[in-house]
This record gives sequence, C-alpha cells and structure tokens, in this order.
Amino acid sequence: MATIVGAATALSASKSFDSRKLHLPSRGSLSVSERKGSFLVVRSDGSVVHKAHRAQKLITNAVATKADSSAASTAPKPGHELLLFEALREGLEEEMDRDPTVCVMGEDVGHYGGSYKVTKGLATKYGDLRVLDTPIAENSFTGMGIGAAMTGLRPIVEGMNMGFLLLAFNQISNNCGMLHYTSGGQFKIPIVIRGPGGVGRQLGAEHSQRLESYFQSIPGIQMVACSTPYNAKGLMKAAIRSENPVILFEHVLLYNLKERIPDEEYVCSLEEAEMVRPGEHVTILTYSRMRYHVMQAAKTLVNKGYDPEVIDIRSLKPFDLHTIGNSVKKTHRVLIVEECMRTGGIGASLTAAITENFNDYLDAPIICLSSQDVPTPYAGTLEEWTVVQPAQIVTAVEQLCQ
Amino acid sequence: MSLTSSTKFAQPLPLNTTSSRSKEHKLLFEPFRTNTFLGSTHKLRCFNSLSKSNQTNLHRRSAIVAVSDVVKEKKSKSSTNLLITKEEGLELYEDMVLGRAFEDMCAQMYYRGKMFGFVHLYNGQEAVSTGFIKLLKQEDSVASTYRDHVHSLSKGVSARAVMSELFGKATGCCRGQGGSMHMFSKEHNVLGGFAFIGEGIPVATGAAFSSKYRREVLKEADCDHVTVAFFGDGTCNNGQFFECLNMAALWKLPIVFVVENNLWAIGMSHVRATSDPEIWKKGPAFGMPGVHVDGMDVLKVREVAKEAIGRARRGEGPTLVECETYRFRGHSLADPDELRDPAEKAHYAARDPITALKRYMIDNNLVTEQELKTIEKKIDEVVEDAVEFADESPHPHRSQLLENVFADPKGFGIGPDGRYRCEDPKFTQGTTKHSVQRRSKPSRQ
Repeated sequence: MATIVGAATALSASKSFDSRKLHLPSRGSLSVSERKGSFLVVRSDGSVVHKAHRAQKLITNAVATKADSSAASTAPKPGHELLLFEALREGLEEEMDRDPTVCVMGEDVGHYGGSYKVTKGLATKYGDLRVLDTPIAENSFTGMGIGAAMTGLRPIVEGMNMGFLLLAFNQISNNCGMLHYTSGGQFKIPIVIRGPGGVGRQLGAEHSQRLESYFQSIPGIQMVACSTPYNAKGLMKAAIRSENPVILFEHVLLYNLKERIPDEEYVCSLEEAEMVRPGEHVTILTYSRMRYHVMQAAKTLVNKGYDPEVIDIRSLKPFDLHTIGNSVKKTHRVLIVEECMRTGGIGASLTAAITENFNDYLDAPIICLSSQDVPTPYAGTLEEWTVVQPAQIVTAVEQLCQ
Repeated sequence: MSLTSSTKFAQPLPLNTTSSRSKEHKLLFEPFRTNTFLGSTHKLRCFNSLSKSNQTNLHRRSAIVAVSDVVKEKKSKSSTNLLITKEEGLELYEDMVLGRAFEDMCAQMYYRGKMFGFVHLYNGQEAVSTGFIKLLKQEDSVASTYRDHVHSLSKGVSARAVMSELFGKATGCCRGQGGSMHMFSKEHNVLGGFAFIGEGIPVATGAAFSSKYRREVLKEADCDHVTVAFFGDGTCNNGQFFECLNMAALWKLPIVFVVENNLWAIGMSHVRATSDPEIWKKGPAFGMPGVHVDGMDVLKVREVAKEAIGRARRGEGPTLVECETYRFRGHSLADPDELRDPAEKAHYAARDPITALKRYMIDNNLVTEQELKTIEKKIDEVVEDAVEFADESPHPHRSQLLENVFADPKGFGIGPDGRYRCEDPKFTQGTTKHSVQRRSKPSRQ
C-alpha cells in the first residue's frame, strides 16, 4: 500500500463543489443527491449523513489488503522501502548494469542528476557519454536518440517536463513511431521516452500538460503511465527491455510516494492493467495521479456501502481490454477518472473502446470524468477545479448506481 | 575541365530574380554582379573553395585543409599526376551513370503510371553522391532526404530493390511500405529517406553517436564508423540543422554534414530565403570546419570527402561541406519547373558531372571511349532488368498491412478474450470491425 508523503498533498477533497460542473451525462443537475428510499444523504458541502445498514462496519482502508499488512507481525518485512523516483532510478540502474547499450540522454540528467533526481548518481557511475547531458534541443536530441536506437543502442530520452516533448513531436511522430514500418521492418527503435507530466502545484499552464492525448494516435508506439513505486520500477524495466518505442508517463506530484517493493527482480507487463481494488458494483478506470483521488473517493464510497472495483489501466496504448472487459462484465457500470483533457483524451478513447466491445454489458452509459478543457491556471483554487476531485468521483458513482 | 587550377570557379550566369526591389546594403567586397532583391546582395558562387583564413576556429585545433592544397600535395606525391586510378575512375563513372540512368527511367515509369506520389529526382547532383559514398565502407551510415534514390544506389542497395520499392511491390527494399521518399537498408546502412526536411539530420547524428559510444563505452576499439548526412540548401535554415551542428561539434561525433546546395527549394531561391547564403560559413560558427566545393566535379568532391571522412574516422569531429550543385529536373516530377532561368539551367547543364569525368578520363588517357560505352550499356541493362523485376514482383499481400507496425507485436495489446492480439494470425490484415461481445443474460436491474 502506498502512503503519500510530502509533495502529493493535493489530494484533499475540495470543500465545496458545484455539481453542475461535473462531467455527467445530461440527466439534469443534482444539487443534493439522494437515494430513493435509502439511508444516505450527501449534502452539497460534502458532509455525509448516513444510516448505514448495508455496510456492516466502517471501513477505513479501501485498498485491497495485502496478506502481510493484516498479519501485523513483528518480523522484518520483506523488500525495501523507497520513494517513487528512487524506484525509477533503481529500475534504470539495474537495466544499465544488465545491458551496456542502455544509455540515458536528456537535459540535466548527468551532472545535475535529473530535475526530479531520477538519474542522480548515474553519471558518476557510468560516465558522461552513457548519461548524456544534452543541450536544450528536444527535437534534435530525441531524433538523435532515435538514430542511436536504429543503430544498436537502447537510449532513454528524458523530457525534463513532458510538455517539452511537444518540441520533439516531429521526431516522435514521424520517426519514432513510423520508422519501423516505413523501413519495412528493417530498423527497430527500442527507445524509451519518459518524463513527468500532469498538473502539479501551481506550475502554470505550460508545465501542467498531459501529452498522452496528443501521442495516443501515433501508430507504432506504446504508452504506459506509472503510479506507484512498484509499477514505476517494473514499467521502467519493461520499457527498456521492449523492442518497441515506449513513452513512459510519470507525474510531477507522485515522485515522493513511498512504498515497500520486493528485493527480487521483477518486471511489469507493458500491456496489462493493474487491479487495485476488486469490487462488485462499479468499475472505476483510472491511471497515474487520479488513482489516488479514486482511492480516496473509494474510502467514502465503501463507507456508504458501495463496492467499487478500481483498475489502474497503466497501459494507455494499447488498452488492456481483457482486464477491463472482465470487470465490465461483472459490474456493468463504468466510470473513467482521468487527468487528461476532456476533448480527445485517453478517457474519450477508452469510452469508445469499451462501447465498441462491451456495449451489451453496460447497464448505464459510461461516465468519464476528465480535466476541464482549459489551460491550467496558476491560481490554486482555479487549478484545483480543473482536475477531478474525490467528491466528484463519489457523486458520479452514486449517479451511476442509481 | 582542368584540375590544375581547381580553386577558381566559373561565374554563374545572372540569376533572374522576380523582385525588383533596390538593394539595400553595400557588400563588404566587390561583387561581380549584384542581385536586386530584398536583403542579401551577396553574389553567389564566385568565391574560391575554402582557404585557411576563412575557417579558423579559434577555440579548437581543427586542421582544415584547402582543397587546392590537398590537390597540390596529392599531385606532388602521386607519380601519375592524376587524382584517380583507372579502376577508381571506372567505379565513379559507373556509379554516376547508374544514378542518371535510374532517375531517367523513374521519370519514364512515373509518366507511364507505374509509380505515384512525390518522386524527387537527382539528375545533375550525381557527383555529390558518388564523390562521398564511394569512399564509405559498408558499416558506415548514410542519411538522406526525399531525394534519396541515388544515395541508396551509391551505398549499395540494388537497383532492383529500389525500383520495386518505387513500384510499391513487396520485393522493394522497404517491402513497398516506404516509397520514393523513404529508402532504408539495414544491410547497407541507409538510414532513410525522410519526407520532412531536416528530420534525417538528428537521426544521422544519433548514428554517429552510436559509433562514438561503441568506441568509448563498449570499448570496441576499432569502431570508426562514419555517418554522412545529406540535405539541401533549404534545410540549412531549419532548427534541426543548427541544433545538430552544435551537438556534433560539442561531442566530436564522427559525422559529415553534406549540403547539396542546388540553389532552389522547390521554387524558393536560396538567396531569397537565407540571410547569409554562404552555408559553409556556418560550420566554424559551431566549431567545425566549413568547406565549399564544386559539387559538379566528382573529383573535387572526392578530395574534400576524403579529408572530411578521414577527420571523422580519426575522431577529430564533424565537418560541414557545402557542395555547389544543381538539379537538372524540377523539384519533383510534379514540379513544372517554370521559375528557374533557362540560362541558369544551360550553364549547369554544360557542367554535367558525368560528361566532365568522361572528358577527364579520356583526356588523361585513363580509359577509352569504348570502355565507357561498355559501362553505359551495362547500366542500361541493369536498369531495364530492375524495371522488369519490379513489374513482375507481386503487390504486398493484405497480411502485410499491420505486420511491421511494432518490432514486438505484443504492442498491439491484449484483446477482450485475454490473448495478445498478435496471436491471431489474421490480425495483421487489419479490421475495421471489432467483434462486439454479446451477453447472454438479460441485464441486471
């Protein structure tokens, strides 16, 4: 279970919300949601009055409990604890030890150790050529990474902020995604492009972008988003080992998450989704930082007697339709919670994919909660309202389960 | 063409300009003729090839050598007074004739409806491709632009494979998936073939980085692979060009940047697009030698190429070589080519690199006319055979549609049935209709 430390403090539920701003299908606005003949009343200020007779006891921990935490033994726990950025570094270091053709290139990755310390210490260990400090020329050094990948190396290109990779869009779209195909399969491009994106703490519009929506149409690339130290390390390793170009989306606010991860080597699958909390009533699909908003909302939901199934889709391209499909077939209700923009985002694609494949299994239209279509404002209050907050998730689930 | 005074260039005939704005700045040096257009009043193409005073880089110990010096040194060393041996001459001749004949055949095939889309022909520029690429080893890499047929042929890709690719057949070098603008060959290290200008320069820089990495990190001590990046005058105003000049010089990458300055970017004259049209000058600004050479003369190009490639191989870093050249045809087969002055075209036609080499070899008694004719006949047969082969080759099968999207086809993901999509043998055919899963029970209340 991941505990949230330090920077990830923006997960508190907003005190007030206007339900008209929710991205709900047009079924009329709700000022107070009320279950007919039920035992729960949610006030618009977020306070709950409930007489729960369905819920047997108050559950404080909505995350699926793992075997060791309930044992509460005094024996030392297996594995080691670290923060997410350290997990990324560990995965990177292990792969660099394992394969000498793995190299890193990006701005300030070498002597500075990386803006988010993901490559700290690596330049000292591996040298300045293997952990290459590049000039500020994203398009060209991404292209250089692609050329190096074509000629036998396995580079990891770091975008200091994912938004900077917009400058590299030419190379990512035209060369990274396409060259394997246009060369008739002659050249492979085992490159990893990674960096932090997402809405941070008042970083302003340009540093708060979510590029997954822009890249998702590029044929020939895979996209994954990490959310815990465990899957960060696993996905980093998998991405490096993959023969395909992989874009690994990290999140600015998640770098200081702490978790205990195994000592043994492990790799996560690039194409599989992660079951965070099994449930029966509703499927909540999410990724990256929104996973934590969802889990926070899940606590509230469980106390209200709901049993949400939470899946971290992890693989943004391609979608793991098996895990998702099985869940839909079980719960018949889908809520997508994402930080991506409303228009043309991952949620939009996911909605389409689910409708296309599992329409018959749905009892209600899919609800997709995304960020507002607005350049992220600087002001803290405004910024909070651009992303989905746990209270909105709770309301959406209640609506779905009516 | 005399090579004893290789440093002088014939003056180009006046370029016809479309604008008649008065000139605004006086030049620092006396021009032979000034163009009356906005901005630059530089005259082009009337300066010598590099001399030491033009290329000094104060910070690095680059040892750029003037072409004339190289030529003089070679002549004093060689016993025959010539720049090439007979074998070399024949090789160069054959390569240039292959390039010319192939491109002419492409034009014919295009107008007969055998190939489509954008086709950019290299006629007139053969000296650059031959001059550089014939000095490379198989392990060296070449990156080009959309005008890449002849670069691929010079590098060793068979005429059959290139022609098939142009016809869109499955036997093409890229299985018909690339086309005219995307020629790739792993075997011969042709890294493409790029449609957007400037796109290939970072890729070439990456290949050079790989070479340096192998030598210094992987400790493959004898890895001295060189990369040659070809691109045009229009590209030299693009950010990727400058960014890569910087990185290549910074890390002393084994790369040669070859500018095929044919004066025109479709219909945009180089002098109308560039504040300082002398591209070779931009090399020293980044810390590498900049060289200008007559790109219609394969022997001059070859001498400069030897220096530049030698520098890269020795680990001394990159070189920027500007080749003054000209394309006899339009930008592409769709270009009516009405903008260029016929006098300009005639001037460069008179400097046809193939005729020039032929005259040189015959005048210096290296070869006989008959030997050259034999080569020409041989090349005609090669090109005819390539067309026949391409004609008879099969079109790609539908199953090829999605085959090469991913190197690891697991990237297509996991389907609703739990299996990886690539496990379905028919998946590569592509389908627009997903199988909609149906549920057997009535919906829950």
